Amino acid sequence: MEYEAVIGLEVHAQLLTRSKLFCGCSTTFGRPPNTQVCPVCLGMPGVLPVINEKAVEYAIRMALATDCRINHRSVFARKNYFYPDLPKGYQISQYDEPLAEAGHIDTETPDGRTKRVGITRIHIEEDAGKLLHGEGDDEASSLVDFNRAGMPLIEIVSEPHISSPEEAVSYLKALRDILLYLEICDGNMQEGSLRCDANVSVRPKGTKEFGTKTEVKNMNSFKFLKDALTYEIARQIGLMEGGERVVQETRLFEPSTGRTRSMRTKEEAHDYRYFPEPDLLPLVLEDEEIEAIGVMLPELPAQKKTRFMEEYGLPSYDAGILTSSKRLADFYEECVGLFNEPKTVSNWIMSELLRLLKEHNISMEESPVGAERFTALLKLLKGGRISGKIAKEVLEEMFATGKDAEAIIEEKGLSQISDESELLQVVDRIIADNPENVERYRAGKTKLLGFFVGEVMKATRGKANPQLVNRLLKERLG
Amino acid sequence: MSITRRDVEHIAELSRLALTEEEVSLYTEQLKKILHYVEKLSSVDTRDIEPTTYTIPLQRRRRRDEVSPSLPPEEALKNAPERDKDCFKVPRIIE
Repeated sequence: MEYEAVIGLEVHAQLLTRSKLFCGCSTTFGRPPNTQVCPVCLGMPGVLPVINEKAVEYAIRMALATDCRINHRSVFARKNYFYPDLPKGYQISQYDEPLAEAGHIDTETPDGRTKRVGITRIHIEEDAGKLLHGEGDDEASSLVDFNRAGMPLIEIVSEPHISSPEEAVSYLKALRDILLYLEICDGNMQEGSLRCDANVSVRPKGTKEFGTKTEVKNMNSFKFLKDALTYEIARQIGLMEGGERVVQETRLFEPSTGRTRSMRTKEEAHDYRYFPEPDLLPLVLEDEEIEAIGVMLPELPAQKKTRFMEEYGLPSYDAGILTSSKRLADFYEECVGLFNEPKTVSNWIMSELLRLLKEHNISMEESPVGAERFTALLKLLKGGRISGKIAKEVLEEMFATGKDAEAIIEEKGLSQISDESELLQVVDRIIADNPENVERYRAGKTKLLGFFVGEVMKATRGKANPQLVNRLLKERLG
Repeated sequence: MSITRRDVEHIAELSRLALTEEEVSLYTEQLKKILHYVEKLSSVDTRDIEPTTYTIPLQRRRRRDEVSPSLPPEEALKNAPERDKDCFKVPRIIE
């Protein structure tokens, strides 16, 4: 029998505020344990949480960017559970009246189609602390660091519209791109500022009813998300084909084995007894506030891609790559502003610059070659100072040394030879050195022109102006 | 609405409380009485009244996104039953 997977993702994004969601503690990552805590985020008796206005604004940005309906009144709720990472014994979240509902994100499927994935809801909540296992002096205890407790998060819950691990990755990438464009989350999955859980079930292909789902946790990279879902889907199909039933449970992905395993948590523990948070007033949003945030919304990845295609006449493929990150898109536009040849700039970024960034394992922000220097190189190429082949070498040198193109060309004597008399000398020498090939060329084997061009290039270490070499050879061999 | 021994055991489990048999009996009875008392409210007709979650009128109250000093770790850890360097120490959690 053929099966299909039904997947929904729950994504937690940490918002880039300076202070925590309900108190003034700093949100800086990686500080010594328990140095960013106060009575509010430690859950001391008698304290009152007050919501961070920036967190509200950022959550609204995301809701608008994903075409959600924003509720003018949303309510905070206590999600009660006992776990040592949760100092108050409850997490402040939103439950039956979330900030926003019913949005969507357009993603690209592996075969290049656009697929719309529904967003069920977006709500604001606080993060929990961090448990450090096996770092204490004795085996029988765990240590708790509350620096993360109270960090502002939004949870973005998708509809179960995703049908393969590849689609899940594509959805998460699109979502991450939007968060980065909005500048509300740094999207760092390793550090946990973007986290993803998945609800997965399988059913015979073509049927309507959902199968029993499991919740898969701990997938902190795109690769792990794909691996975990691939494994979990195969596991569930295996169970069904063996006549067994899928048990509804939470499963943990283990990167070392590539498998998911049952967390064996008792079903009983999932009774959160939500109730409205009496310490916080409902969040009331007026139309004016939402509209004011809406006007300030930057151009989003999908819009930018369309504009790049229209404004710069780029193919969909180029536009897609160039808008895959805001930094890259900004760099491209800066370059085109300095050197108005959109397709040339696109080609050189995609084939050379991105390759070099990858080779040097650095990000766009760390690139030693800025827009000014990059376009200076392209101008030299266009002006005939250097050939395309030399330009590639120069760019590599610019990466390695941090020098600009002009300096490298000077230093290494890489200027293109466009001086006719100088090149003629070389051409004549090559012709004199290869009498047999000259005979054959003159006898009609004109394909040999390539051989002569190659010899001239070799003799000039690639610096000869190719068009000029072609013309001179044809004249002399004529 | 009534409450059973099973309900009390369930809540105790969620709250990580170890109750003796006698305590379960005692709390079941006590909670029954409390719920029965609160149930009097159900006799009031509230069909057209919006639920009152908050007793003060709605008003906008938000913080500016500004960092204020945190507690020194010594202060933060002062009430910790157990600590290990600058961390709270708890019985080992197994997942």
